[in-house]
Amino acid sequence: MTADAFVAAAGGNGDEPATPDVYEQRAFGFWLYLMSDAIIFSLLFATYAVMARNNAGGPTGNTLFSLPNAFAETMLLLFSSITFGLATLAMKSGEKERMLSWLLVTFLLGLGFVGLEIREFHGMVRAGAGPDRSGFLSAFFTLVGTHGLHVTFGLIWILIMTSQVIIKGLTIPVASRFLRLGLFWHFLDIIWIGIFSIVYLPGIL
Amino acid sequence: MLGRLTIDALPLYSAIAFGGALVTVGGALAVVAGITWFGLWRYLWNEWLTSVDHKRIGIMYVTLAMIMLMRGFVDAMMMRSQQAIALNSDGYLPPEHFDQIFSSHGTIMIFFMAMPFLTGLINIVVPQQIGARDVAFPFMNAVSLWLTTAGAGLVMVSLVIGKFSTAGWTGYPPFSGSEYSPGVGVDYWLWAILIGGIGSTLTGINFIVTIFKQRAPGMTFMRMPLFTWTALCTSVLMTFAFPALTVVCAMLVLDRTLGMHFFTNGGGGNMMNYPNLFWLWGHPEVYILILPAFGVYSEVVATFCGKRLFGYTSLVIATASIAILSFTVWLHHFFTMGASANVNAFFGLATMIIAVPTGVKVFDWLLTMFRGRIIFHTSMLWTLGFIVTFVIGGMTGVLLALPPADYLMHNTTFLVAHFHNMLIPGALFGYFAGYMYWFPKAFGFTLNERWGVRAFWFWLIGFYLAFMPLYALGFMGMPRRLEHYNIAAWQPYLVVAALGALMILVGIGFLVVQFIVSVQERQQALDLSGDPWNGRTLEWLTSSPPAPYNFAVLPEVRDIDAFHDMKAGGVAYRRPERYHDITMPRNTSAGLMLGVLAGLLGFAMIWYIWWMAIASGLCMWAVIIARVYDDDAEYVLPASEIEEIEAQRYQALASSARTQTAEEATFSNQPLPESLT
Repeated sequence: MTADAFVAAAGGNGDEPATPDVYEQRAFGFWLYLMSDAIIFSLLFATYAVMARNNAGGPTGNTLFSLPNAFAETMLLLFSSITFGLATLAMKSGEKERMLSWLLVTFLLGLGFVGLEIREFHGMVRAGAGPDRSGFLSAFFTLVGTHGLHVTFGLIWILIMTSQVIIKGLTIPVASRFLRLGLFWHFLDIIWIGIFSIVYLPGIL
Repeated sequence: MLGRLTIDALPLYSAIAFGGALVTVGGALAVVAGITWFGLWRYLWNEWLTSVDHKRIGIMYVTLAMIMLMRGFVDAMMMRSQQAIALNSDGYLPPEHFDQIFSSHGTIMIFFMAMPFLTGLINIVVPQQIGARDVAFPFMNAVSLWLTTAGAGLVMVSLVIGKFSTAGWTGYPPFSGSEYSPGVGVDYWLWAILIGGIGSTLTGINFIVTIFKQRAPGMTFMRMPLFTWTALCTSVLMTFAFPALTVVCAMLVLDRTLGMHFFTNGGGGNMMNYPNLFWLWGHPEVYILILPAFGVYSEVVATFCGKRLFGYTSLVIATASIAILSFTVWLHHFFTMGASANVNAFFGLATMIIAVPTGVKVFDWLLTMFRGRIIFHTSMLWTLGFIVTFVIGGMTGVLLALPPADYLMHNTTFLVAHFHNMLIPGALFGYFAGYMYWFPKAFGFTLNERWGVRAFWFWLIGFYLAFMPLYALGFMGMPRRLEHYNIAAWQPYLVVAALGALMILVGIGFLVVQFIVSVQERQQALDLSGDPWNGRTLEWLTSSPPAPYNFAVLPEVRDIDAFHDMKAGGVAYRRPERYHDITMPRNTSAGLMLGVLAGLLGFAMIWYIWWMAIASGLCMWAVIIARVYDDDAEYVLPASEIEEIEAQRYQALASSARTQTAEEATFSNQPLPESLT
């Protein structure tokens, strides 16, 4: 179901033809938020690019990054986007149970991603390569960590949506929230692809 | 338990700082006592603090701006008086305190005076100008207000508990890093603008959606009033520039709090990245501040000349070009940092190009006035004062845009004079014009003209006295932010500048008098028609003050000056056959709670009170999540109730003595008189 469909579904009272549709506005507002968030990420990327060589005599990406780990994270996040898409399809056809189970799979995949990232960060800090070691590591932890925080918020949001689907059912406000969560979740995928190709790949190669 | 907060945080280091703290605490206590004495808490809570009505939120924004204007001006007075006497002496302010004062002056005036002032005006006016009943996200609007207030609150708290930053309003590292500024001052600055900045980003998103989606039927983009256009461009800048401020402040917080190395001297830090990121926000910010004032001037000129704006389309294009160009000039704030000559030349040229659309605007306003029947209302005086003064500031700006000249002038009082020359006439005069122009719309009575005119003249002359000497001093080589000096030739200029500041003080005093006198004499100045100036745009169609829903029936727009067109066609006040129910947003305390919690979070992070930071952060999440489950945030205002409100409105209209509308319509709306065509 697209945002347009909600316009048709929500504008039922027919009193005033020009009543602006709240759900379309919320979708538009959320797009704007994502665009301003994209600016935050692009500045973090730019900062990382400027500081990637400022390792102050400390460890470099070559020794710190593990390609299998980054690949596993990528797979988890990309598949979570697919399963989220499947949940959206299930919602479209009104199958609540199937939607919830795909949402659960998405949550687990996202949780796995965050777990791998925490493990990676933890290992780096223990190896003396924490964010206070060098400018390069400050930029790395801030960029990747900001993405990780976003995924964590996404996980909390998935839990909230799950509970709302169970408690409130597939009402129009719930469905519109779910669509915005979808925008958010797929947006984080795109950012991750950037991180993989700008941080991990050049760091290892 | 309390982090680094100890009894030493009280400002006992200087009598003046202690006095400032006493005034702050005393003022706050007096307000609380006054509200309690008059038994206004319930009214305040129900009608204002929990309100999501854009008009109320706008009034609260402007109130915040006025309070912070006083605070910021006290700082200015202290700096001017210190510099006037500090020849071969220490004056009365120790350096540590003087540095705090110029830092807080700039921070307050930009973030907590100008930003709330323009956001308040946009809030009050834009929904009405586009024929909407509210903003797109009324609750988020309240969140923006209270986040901004929380930021302003933190700056005020720094007067009483701890010290404020000494790193200037731009907070350049490495000085602002923990190595050279280990205290809480820079943290106060950082958290105040981080919290306030998020509020501004949300405001930007809110008004883009409002202006895109909530326009009345028939109001195409090229029929929008010019103030709405400038509000749209400002909102776009807010949404896309403020993230840069968030990023740069977050990085400095990480440097200071977690020992990271973004901007440090050693450890692989790159301090030159800071000015780049900061001014990537900072230059668009200049236009965030100025564009809405340009919008006000456009409305005021058209109204008080009784004509359609000359060159509406060119004004729109100029506004949009300025908004886009504002992202391409940030490097001119640090020509001397060491970029190559070609890079400097590029940004110098881009800076000069931005003067072109600004010049277009000035000509459009002049040509609107040309052969118009100008009514010299105070708003119009602010506009005229702006045009003359702003052109001077613009020319000194083009001078500074030349990198070789900038090498000589940077960091001198010439620069201080230049940007005050842009922001006082360019922004503040516009806000004052807007305040006097739209005051009757917000409160239902007009402001006293006589005191307004007096305030204007004291502000204008005071401005020239205060800042023209600084241009000269800049040529004489006086650096900015100087606590004392030993060059006798500078002192006469600084004394004149201090006199100018005194005149502005009188101007501020007259603004206060104007407000008090107007409130006392409001019965003689009631605005029953809702259209006290024979306005041209839709906000004058509503009653003054407007009903909560603004428009009982959404207006139909057919022309640029929609309301003027309606009056000319005799359909402005046509009574509808029947009214419909209107869905309205419910009041909520969640916005206020988020603001208070954000303030506590900031305070806890400043003083390293970790448990409090975690607790307030978790509470914020709880409030947000509770809100997310609430699908019942609206109520329906029944048609019968609307009919009652509107009946009163028509009664007031009938009793208002406004008869000249038809006559005014005949000479207006002609871009050029016949003799010239």
